[in-house]
Amino acid sequence: MSTQPLTPPAHEAVFPPPRENLLEVTGLVKHFGIRGGFLQRQTGAVQAVDGLDFEVRRGETFSIVGESGCGKSTTARLITRLLEPSAGTVVFEGRDITHLSDGKMRPIRSDIQMIFQDPFSSLNPRHTVGKICGAPYRLQGITPEGGVKKAVQDLLELVGLSPEHYNRYPHEFSGGQRQRIGIARTLALKPKLIVADEPVSALDVSIQAQVVNLLEDLQNELDLTYVMIAHDLSVVRLDSDRVAVRFLGKIVELADRDELYESPRHPYTVAMMSAVPIPDTKRRTERERIRLTGDVPSPINPPAGCRFHTRCWKAQEVCKTTEPPLVEIVPAHSVACHFPEPPHVPVAG
Amino acid sequence: MTDNVKTPYLDVNDLRVHFRTDDGLVRSVDGLSFQVERGKTLGIVGESGSGKSVTSMAVMGLHTASNAELTGSIRLDGQELVGAGKEAVRALRGKKMAMIFQDPLSAMHPYYTVGNQIIEAYRIHNKVTKKVARKHAIDLLDRVGIPEPGKRVDSYPHQFSGGMRQRAMIAMALSCDPDLLIADEPTTALDVTVQAQILDLIRDLQKDFNSAVVIITHDLGVVAEVADDILVMYAGRAVEYGTAEEIFNEGEHPYTWGLLSSMPRFDRKRTERLEPIKGTPPSLIRVPKGCPFNPRCQYVDLVGEPCVTERPSLLAEGSSHGVACHIPPEQRSAIWNDEIAPRFA
Repeated sequence: MSTQPLTPPAHEAVFPPPRENLLEVTGLVKHFGIRGGFLQRQTGAVQAVDGLDFEVRRGETFSIVGESGCGKSTTARLITRLLEPSAGTVVFEGRDITHLSDGKMRPIRSDIQMIFQDPFSSLNPRHTVGKICGAPYRLQGITPEGGVKKAVQDLLELVGLSPEHYNRYPHEFSGGQRQRIGIARTLALKPKLIVADEPVSALDVSIQAQVVNLLEDLQNELDLTYVMIAHDLSVVRLDSDRVAVRFLGKIVELADRDELYESPRHPYTVAMMSAVPIPDTKRRTERERIRLTGDVPSPINPPAGCRFHTRCWKAQEVCKTTEPPLVEIVPAHSVACHFPEPPHVPVAG
Repeated sequence: MTDNVKTPYLDVNDLRVHFRTDDGLVRSVDGLSFQVERGKTLGIVGESGSGKSVTSMAVMGLHTASNAELTGSIRLDGQELVGAGKEAVRALRGKKMAMIFQDPLSAMHPYYTVGNQIIEAYRIHNKVTKKVARKHAIDLLDRVGIPEPGKRVDSYPHQFSGGMRQRAMIAMALSCDPDLLIADEPTTALDVTVQAQILDLIRDLQKDFNSAVVIITHDLGVVAEVADDILVMYAGRAVEYGTAEEIFNEGEHPYTWGLLSSMPRFDRKRTERLEPIKGTPPSLIRVPKGCPFNPRCQYVDLVGEPCVTERPSLLAEGSSHGVACHIPPEQRSAIWNDEIAPRFA
């Protein structure tokens, strides 16, 4: 991990004039029932999302990182109302949208759009690019100025494709280009919030960088707010404002980006950061790696107390019985741990 | 490539794997040479479609003659595998060479217990009773870090988590102590903390058995952690081949530079903006003439003509570091020192 000096004291640097909240999520829960037995009664539940609180400010990039199975994608689908939450509320622009009917939700859908992980399954293979990117207009009954074709061609140019691609089919494009088509589609209705579920993880490294840069440019140009779902800590570090680290349905740490990367406090975050492979042979020996033992526990039967205690090297008796709440230990840095790591002290000089 | 006196355990020479399709000839691997000694790890890096997996399947003899045209030479412990009979290659699989596949769910049979699948492989190569083989399977599962191996040996693959499945597959690959282990993207489907466990495991096992290991991946971070030598592939060819130190500290091919620059660095000051490689990888049916990387190379104007007409060779005579590029070596080191290296400072 880097040993660069800490940026100015947290409370000065991380408190720009507070921005208005675009999205507020409170106590969000999603359990998927498991049915079994003779009468197909519910015998258990996958606790995919279990009590989630966060807010997303207008214009920022809020990232959610965690290992597979920790409920990241479920969260994305709950925010976009593709799934019905079991409990909790989702408030968008001051309006509770948790239980809006499909009809009432429809006008709001143009404000909340989603970028999907897999550019191969998220585009209809039988539709042309023009039809795919024009679909949002059709569904919302909007006729953009200059017609749909003109609007789609402008969108294609905006995401770095050529207007001539209008009549082509998805199979004629590479993975990176397909992801651009998906991005063009999400931009059609000028959304305020874009939920991106692993937007680059299916792409090759050289292409990943292109798409990361594109998303950043679009944000600056169109004043977008992103909720970015990812598992790659180095990608998240590029352009997030705040980062939430998830473990098994819960947020275990939430902080401003620089604060989190310079001074991770939850043992899980620390372990995850120490496990990121680094493309530098000189560092191979000098790096200290925390070896976690065991596998990620099942969300069907999560451990009692702190959910991380079965893999944690600091776990004590209290961790097995009492679940630590997410508390703010320094301004703008919350951790859910009984024994958080000490803050990182920058080396003098 | 460190010591030329030792004979390599795996010696691949001018390997070509071509597939005939309705659209034309797909040159998945086109003139590839590399060596691996026992106790050493070679990392093969490249983007999807660069021919990494096709190469590993060629070594394992998994291409069928009806669809793939294989030429060149693959020598395993001195024995030629290209053109060898099916049965001859089968006898080598398991004991002399074994493979860890990318996706453990499709590499394991869903109807058989994990234990049975390990026992089967072990009993083919060793004349032992079922009981002894079962004991061996339990030991292996224990070795790869599966909790309660005595119980889990009777589980089916779907009852394992992703990380456990990957470990079970490693146990299967190791059941006969293979001399050569090929790991094709062994950690791609896994989370970072589990990935670190698996890489540690492969490293430990290599130490114990003194095996030769080939790791195929798109992740430069992973090869930097485990590989001694690195082969960078692009469009079915090797564009750079050298020790890990050479590739990471004095890389010379523009494609290698591109890969290094387009990766966000975790160990350094936060990258403000990535430097992607422009364009997309070429179709293997219509590989660009000359250097296959020339349409995407930002230094193509330095040399001009030869880049688009003449295929650069991977000059490795007398030097261990091979680079397939027309830019003169002095100029390449200058670019590395002035432009590329500062990006990671």
